[in-house]
Amino acid sequence: MAASILFDAPGPKARVRNNILAVATIIVVGAILAFIVVQLADAGQFDAKKWSVFGYPMVQQSIANATLATLKAFGLAAVLSLVLGFALALGRLSDHAWLRAPVTWIVELFRAVPLLILIMLFYYGLPTVGIKMTPFVAVVIGLTLYNGAVLSEVFRAGVMSLPKGQAEAAYAIGMRKGQVMTSILLPQAVKAMLPAIIAQLVVILKDTALGFVITYTELLYYVKYLGSQVDFGSPLIPAAIVGALIYVGMCLILSGIAKLVEHRINKSPKIAKDPATGAPPSKAAEVGTDIL
Amino acid sequence: MDTLIDNIDIFVKGFSNTLILFAWSAVFSLILGTIVAGMRVSPVPIMRAVATIYVNTIRNTPLTLVMLFFALGYPQLGLPKLDYLPLAVIALTLYTATYVAETLRSGINTVPLGQAEAARAIGLTFGQSLSQVILPQAMRAVVPPMFNVLIALLKNTTIAGAFSVLEAGAIRAFLSERGEPALIVLLWVALVFVILVLLLSLVQRYFEKKWRNA
Repeated sequence: MAASILFDAPGPKARVRNNILAVATIIVVGAILAFIVVQLADAGQFDAKKWSVFGYPMVQQSIANATLATLKAFGLAAVLSLVLGFALALGRLSDHAWLRAPVTWIVELFRAVPLLILIMLFYYGLPTVGIKMTPFVAVVIGLTLYNGAVLSEVFRAGVMSLPKGQAEAAYAIGMRKGQVMTSILLPQAVKAMLPAIIAQLVVILKDTALGFVITYTELLYYVKYLGSQVDFGSPLIPAAIVGALIYVGMCLILSGIAKLVEHRINKSPKIAKDPATGAPPSKAAEVGTDIL
Repeated sequence: MDTLIDNIDIFVKGFSNTLILFAWSAVFSLILGTIVAGMRVSPVPIMRAVATIYVNTIRNTPLTLVMLFFALGYPQLGLPKLDYLPLAVIALTLYTATYVAETLRSGINTVPLGQAEAARAIGLTFGQSLSQVILPQAMRAVVPPMFNVLIALLKNTTIAGAFSVLEAGAIRAFLSERGEPALIVLLWVALVFVILVLLLSLVQRYFEKKWRNA
């Protein structure tokens, strides 16, 4: 617990001050929340009419379908970007400059172009040269290229964080370059970087929402569609609240898995320890890989 | 090249709005993020809880949804009317501040224990030790990840284009009405972003060098 070293155990005076601050926080946060709720209620956002739309089995079915569409894009993009990330990481770690240089440029390029622009390039741009694709394909390709590039950096950071002795020992017992990479370095790198990898998967899940811009009928698209139903008084805010709950739920489940995995790994004695600090390499690499 | 020169008005307008969005959101989210990070390590449990709930909720919500809430939901509330641009700044700030806070917090963790202990030993209060001892050192450690956050913010501004702000993400929609080929337009937009990100990386390298041995 890093927080506790920043302050002493409170004495009587500090305890009083902390209590005052706690009450002040509650009042400020409570006031903000109350203001929001009152405004929402004033604008009729809690009217039964606006929420009744969620009572229809048809609507519930459609929300489920839209969530499935989100998960479909997420699943495919996640698998593909892991594969691409591996390939790009291998390229960037290659000993041959003719392979390393172009791969480095590709990775930097895809990391620099906004994902939305990338997706639009595929959906609106490519048809002008005769390549047409569905919104689903465009979203998946865009997500794959961007996150593949980011994940390749994560894998690379993982390999770089391993002690040099790992590769040296593998070469010493006569392994070839490919073998050293695939059976010694990458498995350890993946293990060390698992929290960062799963954090990036959460990003993929969130970014599927960009599909709504190019009319991929996923969860956010359906939220906006529901919000425009005049028959139910355009319940955009109720729909957005429901959509947010579903997104946060899905992401929290993924983050929960990440925490669980991190916990398991930290307990496991097999992971290589940095001889200088005695810390597992994931900690050293963590600061540098907090990517959106 | 013709596509760029013929429509330079839209390109300039779009990217200047992108930079306006970026600058305001960057300033506000750095301020808000620092406050939230301070709350997350503060001695008051309630403050920690509020900051944690805020960070965990927003970080797990797509920015597009936050933006939708402000761009389309806010006008329904009957509050004072705001333009789409300030609304986008609010959404971007609320979203990015969570990442700023988390980055700062991981930076605070890299400051050696002895620093905080020494600060307490000479009688500094929590606020003093945080603002005069811990944060200045943490700032140095978080330059690279903080610039990652800023670069992500710059790229995220394109999402505002889908919510009625004329900025880089909306250039395509405007120019398709003029009959320009979407592919060329988008490639120009992408190129400008690559240049902007490159510039930000240069600024990052400058700060890294400047603060390395200070």
